[in-house]
Amino acid sequence: MMKKELGLFLLLVVISAITGAINPAFLSLVNLLNMANLIGLFGVFALGEGLVIITGGIDLSLGSMFALLGVVFVDLLTTYQIAWPLALLLVLLGGLTLGGIQGFLITRLKMQPFIVTLCGLLIYRGAARYYTSDSTRGFGYGDEAGTLGNIASGHIAGIPNTFILLIILALILGVLLHRSVYGRWLYAVGKNEEAARFSGISTGVVIATAYIISGGLAGVSTVLFVFYTNSVSPSSFGNFYELYAIAAAVLGGCSLRGGEGSILGIVLGTALLQVLQNLVNILGIPNSLNFAVMGTVILLGVLADQQLQARRRRQVSLAGLVRTVPKSILTQGQQNAPPRGAAALPARTGDHA
Amino acid sequence: MAETLLELAGISKTYPGVRALDDVSLRVYRGEVLGLIGENGAGKSTLMRVLGGVVAPTEGVIRIDGNDRARMTVSEATQAGIAFVHQELNLFENLDVAANVFIGREKLTGGPLKLVDHKVMRARVTPLLQRLGADFTPDTLVENLSIAQRQMVEIAKALSIDARVIIMDEPTSSLTISETERLLEVIADLKAHGISVIYISHRLGEIMTCADRVVVLRDGHTVGELARHELSHAAMIRLMIGRDLKAQYTPPKQSPQPGGCDIVDLVTSAFPDRQINLSVRRGEILGLAGLVGAGRTSLARAAFGIDPLLGGEIRIDNAPVGVVSPRDAIRQGIYLVPEDRKKSGLVLELPIRENVALASLLDYARMWLVNGTAERRVAKEQVASLSIKVPSIDVEAVTLSGGNQQKVVLGKWLSMRPRVMFFDEPTRGIDVGAKSEIYMLMRDLADQGVAIVMISSDMEEVIGVSDRVAVMHEGSVSGVLEREQFSEYNVLRLAIGQTLETMEAAAS
Repeated sequence: MMKKELGLFLLLVVISAITGAINPAFLSLVNLLNMANLIGLFGVFALGEGLVIITGGIDLSLGSMFALLGVVFVDLLTTYQIAWPLALLLVLLGGLTLGGIQGFLITRLKMQPFIVTLCGLLIYRGAARYYTSDSTRGFGYGDEAGTLGNIASGHIAGIPNTFILLIILALILGVLLHRSVYGRWLYAVGKNEEAARFSGISTGVVIATAYIISGGLAGVSTVLFVFYTNSVSPSSFGNFYELYAIAAAVLGGCSLRGGEGSILGIVLGTALLQVLQNLVNILGIPNSLNFAVMGTVILLGVLADQQLQARRRRQVSLAGLVRTVPKSILTQGQQNAPPRGAAALPARTGDHA
Repeated sequence: MAETLLELAGISKTYPGVRALDDVSLRVYRGEVLGLIGENGAGKSTLMRVLGGVVAPTEGVIRIDGNDRARMTVSEATQAGIAFVHQELNLFENLDVAANVFIGREKLTGGPLKLVDHKVMRARVTPLLQRLGADFTPDTLVENLSIAQRQMVEIAKALSIDARVIIMDEPTSSLTISETERLLEVIADLKAHGISVIYISHRLGEIMTCADRVVVLRDGHTVGELARHELSHAAMIRLMIGRDLKAQYTPPKQSPQPGGCDIVDLVTSAFPDRQINLSVRRGEILGLAGLVGAGRTSLARAAFGIDPLLGGEIRIDNAPVGVVSPRDAIRQGIYLVPEDRKKSGLVLELPIRENVALASLLDYARMWLVNGTAERRVAKEQVASLSIKVPSIDVEAVTLSGGNQQKVVLGKWLSMRPRVMFFDEPTRGIDVGAKSEIYMLMRDLADQGVAIVMISSDMEEVIGVSDRVAVMHEGSVSGVLEREQFSEYNVLRLAIGQTLETMEAAAS
């Protein structure tokens, strides 16, 4: 279970070390803190995406959700001058609601997650652009953003708050996913929804909850990104970000078939992605190759992981075969300690031999 | 009789631990209908798989047109003119009839593009359909066809490859009476054209009607062959059963206690116009027999809250219980051990521990956090009390044998408080030793006051394990047999829809 995460961590260390050796600027404090900030920003919603992927679904709507919730958030603070805690709350509720609607469509109306969230991607983006008439929204002087802005883009003891928030959320979701009954259900549903249903698990509720959590985390991320860029241009804000989240989750060990993945893996996956992006800049690789590098690494990573797993499978099935051989021999030697039930039916034990 | 078309000589097939076929010989003559009968698990399907090239025999010779071979591939079998009409029809619903008939052998247009030539394919299929008296055209989508019509498509497919032997495996299990008659006419026509048919069926009446010769398999052996003039229900059943079924029966420790589960006027979505009435008392094992598709599994699924109840109610100890989801059912102590344990019973890639705990996890959780200690304890208890043979409770369920997997499913439920348990084909694909253990476990449960419904298509099991047997036919219970009335014959009669009264009348 932890092997995957360990492997990912080692990969992260090795890549960082090599990059640092080529260009020491990579390991400078400024660069590291900058990366930490980005990891925090991209990690928060990757956690939600990861939960959704563990259910066997996918959420393609995140980037557009940022745009829609982002323009609404800026508008609440600037045009309507609403107090920031209330604005924050409304944006969170907005994210939870959008996630809830998607979850409802997927579990109750049995629509495919890909389609529901793809339509979400189109609809939210369109709504954001229409709402603002395609104009960029930003903060003016004296707007009700100061305190929250300082929190969102600030740092404690030099560590960016976004990163701290990611760690806190990861710990909470880690307990939820790896220690709680809900987490168990989530994996069971992801691995075999029917068996989960036959065990009395309300699979619809479990799946919908994952989308709701993902929506809520999208709300949090919206706020973080708004203060990172300080303005929202509705046609480009958050574009493709859902793909970063999917990439991070997959790199972190989530299988798109569902039922696999861990919070630690998702965080490490996010970190690796950001390191790769940073490495492209710092090693002077043309920026245009950014996505290509990312794609190549994910492809190789997943390929390697699959090969390793296939090898493990083969070993397990071999071990299984070895186990069945002595079993038939055992049947003869077990007469002194018959298993429950066999005692009453001694004549039938060797019938088929 | 005429020339021998094909011959299987001394065929054996061994799987690890099981001898599925043991020195079976079979001859098929040109233009005959050969009935092949035997109980479930007698080896009929394996034998036919050998014939179809799907399974290679361990020993023996396959002789076609005088050529001997030790094994065949699927394409060799097809070339030899052997065609299947499967029990579960293997058709592509999204394609039309002609495309299905020519699947994998599509006629192509000339020219560089080599597109699929629908026109030619349809033109070729039309005469085949006419010959079969089909009432649909080659351009009909298969999804719009009834089961009987789909069967005609399969037969047309067989004719299109110039099949000489058509194997039909339980072809009438989902057909109405008039459709069955139509099929028998088609078989007679095939025979008249010199095509041989191997007809596998549990429906002895149909075998009586159409077979020229019957071969009976039991436990992987050929136990008898009956010529046309020797055919009778009694003769066939005697050969099929051929052993004392009562050996396994363990009577309950005490007579059934009052109370239990009553199913009153239940309507399931599978048969919206039929009502099911059934009672199972605490402390008894009620066998639920019937042909495949008679509505037994639908009943269990509805009672367990998987499928919606369209009407009626379920009472436990005379108190109505509302069940709209498996969660409700579990709360009421109604559990289901499903038919397909790999798909519905277990999460194969999870450890045994988590599988056992899956349904009860919340009961001993603290603030929704998994109580690992309790979980391990429960899993260990179940592994010990069910004598599940595993190296540890942390191995994945996928690594276990069928019998042990089934015990893990049982462990999941026995760690809670069962009141009524449905077992759907509890021993399918399980070896003999584990089977008897499962029977003992069911008996123990019954003796502890659980009401048990055991759905089974295995006649030996139904008769050998149950205290009473209810038989279903087309969505409702056609009769209930007490132990003294138990016989394979009676169960079969009820399963094909004849009532107990007519049966007694016939007997007297």
